[in-house]
Amino acid sequence: MTSMVARTAGAAWRRTDWRSWANGWTLGTMAIALAVMVPVIAVITLAFNPSDDIWRHLASTVLPMYIGTTLQLMVGVGIGTFMIGVGSAWLVTMCRFPGRRVFEWALLLPMAVPAYVIAYVYTDILEYAGPLQKGLREIFGWTGKSQYWFPEIRSLGGAVSMMTLVLYPYVYMLSRAAFLEQSVCVLEASRVLGRGPWRSFFSVALPLARPAIVIGVSLVLMETLNDFGTVDFFAVNTFTLGIFDVWLNMNNVAGAAQLASLLLLFVVALIFLERFSRRKQRFHHTTTKYKALPGYRLAGTIGALSFAACFIPVLLGFLLPSGVLAAYAVTYFEDAANPAVLAHAANSVMLSSLAAVLAVAVAIFMAYGVRIKGGKVLKAVARLASMGYAVPGSVLAVGVIVSLASLDNAVDGFFRETFGISTGLLFSGTIAAVTFGYLVRFLALSYGTVEASLSKVTPNMEGAARCLGHGPFSTMRRVHVPLIKSSVLTAAILVFVDCMKELPMTVILRPFNFQTLATFVHQYASDEQLGEASLAALAIVGTGILPVLFLSMAITRSRPGHGRQGEVS
Amino acid sequence: MMKGLHVHGVSHAFDGHPVLDNASLTIPAGELVCLLGPSGSGKSTLLRIAAGLERLQRGRITIDEQVVAEPGTHVPPEDRGIGLMFQDYALFPHLTIVDNVTFGLSRQPRHRARKRAMEMLEQVGMEGHAGKHPHMLSGGQQQRVALARALAPEPRLVLLDEPFSGLDTSMRAKIREDTLSVLKQSGIATLMVTHDPEEAMFMADRIKVLSHDGRILQAGRPADIYYQPVDEYVAMLFGHMNLIHGVVSEGAVDSPMGRIAVDGIDEGRAVKVLIRPEGFVLTNGVDGGVGTPVEVISTHLLGHSSIVRLRVREGKNMGAEFQVRVPGSFDAAEKGRLSARIDAHHAFVYPEG
Repeated sequence: MTSMVARTAGAAWRRTDWRSWANGWTLGTMAIALAVMVPVIAVITLAFNPSDDIWRHLASTVLPMYIGTTLQLMVGVGIGTFMIGVGSAWLVTMCRFPGRRVFEWALLLPMAVPAYVIAYVYTDILEYAGPLQKGLREIFGWTGKSQYWFPEIRSLGGAVSMMTLVLYPYVYMLSRAAFLEQSVCVLEASRVLGRGPWRSFFSVALPLARPAIVIGVSLVLMETLNDFGTVDFFAVNTFTLGIFDVWLNMNNVAGAAQLASLLLLFVVALIFLERFSRRKQRFHHTTTKYKALPGYRLAGTIGALSFAACFIPVLLGFLLPSGVLAAYAVTYFEDAANPAVLAHAANSVMLSSLAAVLAVAVAIFMAYGVRIKGGKVLKAVARLASMGYAVPGSVLAVGVIVSLASLDNAVDGFFRETFGISTGLLFSGTIAAVTFGYLVRFLALSYGTVEASLSKVTPNMEGAARCLGHGPFSTMRRVHVPLIKSSVLTAAILVFVDCMKELPMTVILRPFNFQTLATFVHQYASDEQLGEASLAALAIVGTGILPVLFLSMAITRSRPGHGRQGEVS
Repeated sequence: MMKGLHVHGVSHAFDGHPVLDNASLTIPAGELVCLLGPSGSGKSTLLRIAAGLERLQRGRITIDEQVVAEPGTHVPPEDRGIGLMFQDYALFPHLTIVDNVTFGLSRQPRHRARKRAMEMLEQVGMEGHAGKHPHMLSGGQQQRVALARALAPEPRLVLLDEPFSGLDTSMRAKIREDTLSVLKQSGIATLMVTHDPEEAMFMADRIKVLSHDGRILQAGRPADIYYQPVDEYVAMLFGHMNLIHGVVSEGAVDSPMGRIAVDGIDEGRAVKVLIRPEGFVLTNGVDGGVGTPVEVISTHLLGHSSIVRLRVREGKNMGAEFQVRVPGSFDAAEKGRLSARIDAHHAFVYPEG
């Protein structure tokens, strides 16, 4: 009987423990979500409470140009990535031609190259003093610029081309997944009803894949808005560049915040577009019957054209730029492989690992909070917290700076009043600030991945573990962790790689004199010293290949029967 | 001290919508009680409350006389000493079969846990699959592993949530039998929920019938539920019934096949008479059969039994139709002129309205 009493008492203790613990979880999730939203809130607050009213000034001077340029860039990149992405996805998924198997994953490779890197490389090749124009001049005997026409790479068109070349894989990836998911039966039905392959594509396959394509294009456009390196280098006056200009050159934080919140309107539109398409996507699953894909055989001229259509994006988006970088790295090895670069690399790895670990830990915590406590409010908050991926780095950077500055001031004020000592700037311009920025922007990546894998653990599995005598933590350790382990690793790598490539936030938020590979490449390449930066750029591209490998494996496995046989699903 | 489960006055609502209304039940050790009800009747909720996966709102639950749940007290599931078998089995996909079974034995030394797990697997006939992973097993095999896993820690109470619903009909009977024998050997109190009356009849020592809104309509042995259903709803659980409307006069009600005695319903009250298809006695008219002359409209052989549609041939109820179940096949031509009468055990009278 004694043991019974003890058992009951223990249980009662545990009861209160469990309750407060679950409450802590709710509060923790709320707190994290709030912290992550602070930068955006700060930007908007600052924009609507300006110390000096510069709205009118902005509107009458630079604003129309920023809007116009940004829209042109978006339209250009949108169309470009749509054509290349959807076209290559269709060819690779539905047709059989030489090299198709390789293109399935190779078409993703340009994703590994940041837009600013490719911009430096092409500028180097295509500018007046570059090898191409020089060669042409030698061949044709021209002596000056006025004697021939050559497209100016440092232009809006150049920026559109650069971004299209590295961003089309988003569209490719999502539309390919959509084509793979489509039942071949509907295509066959279309053929039997008398439509040829081309008309079937336009009247059945494309409409069915539309939601996925729209998602892909909206992701591309979010990245376009985020870009700083390319537009800075090409001096294309987009919103992002405007924010940097107003802030750093005109020293006007409020003005930058106002531009940033205007830019947020674009982002909101894109988020809406993406979410709306995701909802629609569910209704586009017609049947669950899968059959082998039709595999139209393309030979001769058409086969060669298909090959070219897939090869050119890979060539221009990956092979050529990384080849040029590799050549530079060999030529300028002495200059490129100096100890400073190694230090920058160490900085990059340190920052990115920190952010990756943090983003994954926070994502697990939040996904669990939502799962345990459920509730519409918590779900909505978690979703808001993972909107950072849509917010351009420049906007977040402004937000982080502004909010950390007020935090620093508050802490400083508190210590001055109570202890009479000044703490100065504790957070601003520190590694913590950069990491926080990364966390805000890339939390969506880790949260999405963790949440998806957590949904594989059914509530009944949780219940079973509890009934079998395991408490919440033991259940987490023995059931959840093993089941979500690999996804968590994937999430960490995705965040890591994106942090390695990140430029706009790092430029603004880094501590004084602190260089990462990305900022180093940006600085040197902007000064036309690509040779010195080649090894660093190559390192960034190299890390970028990791997620490409994951994605290409995932995409092949996504279709039942398309992956290796006998694999556990 | 009374071993087993005691549920006292449990009520539960989701977002203000009641799913359990003052439900009480007692299961002594060694007994199997079945909650039988339609989906959405809150039967799984009661199971989850007993397991501690759902927080109790009103009432009290004790296991072996220990209060595990009442308002203000909630013993977490891991401290309740229960074995729960889920409808989808919820085997851990990352663990082998034997590791699934040892999962609940973590308080024992490893070798003892393993030995116990192997014993349990042997008992359900799955010892040959110990090293496999769940996805390599069929549904029936997974069910056995789930049962072994639930029983391995020697729980004080076993809870089964629709344990056979995921199985093919062909293998269901066999697995049902095996499960019952394993449970009976263990001598543990068992609460099972199902929406399948036949399953409940087969498995249960006692059945509790739950209504749509979570009230317990009737409790009793399977034979009580079948032969003395308290109302139309319980009577209809076992499938199609023949319905006659009538009025009570002189302690009985008229039917096309004679008068049926009525007990406890006021004189002159309108009543419904429900007759099970198996509640008819058919006799060959030529042999001087007793009852009302009928003719056969159609017959359908189902295997073990046949469904025969009959029509009353004469009298004031001429033309009334009935559906009758008879054992084996039925050859109308061979039977010739038929008479039918009602077996009072299979006829139930309830007040109208």
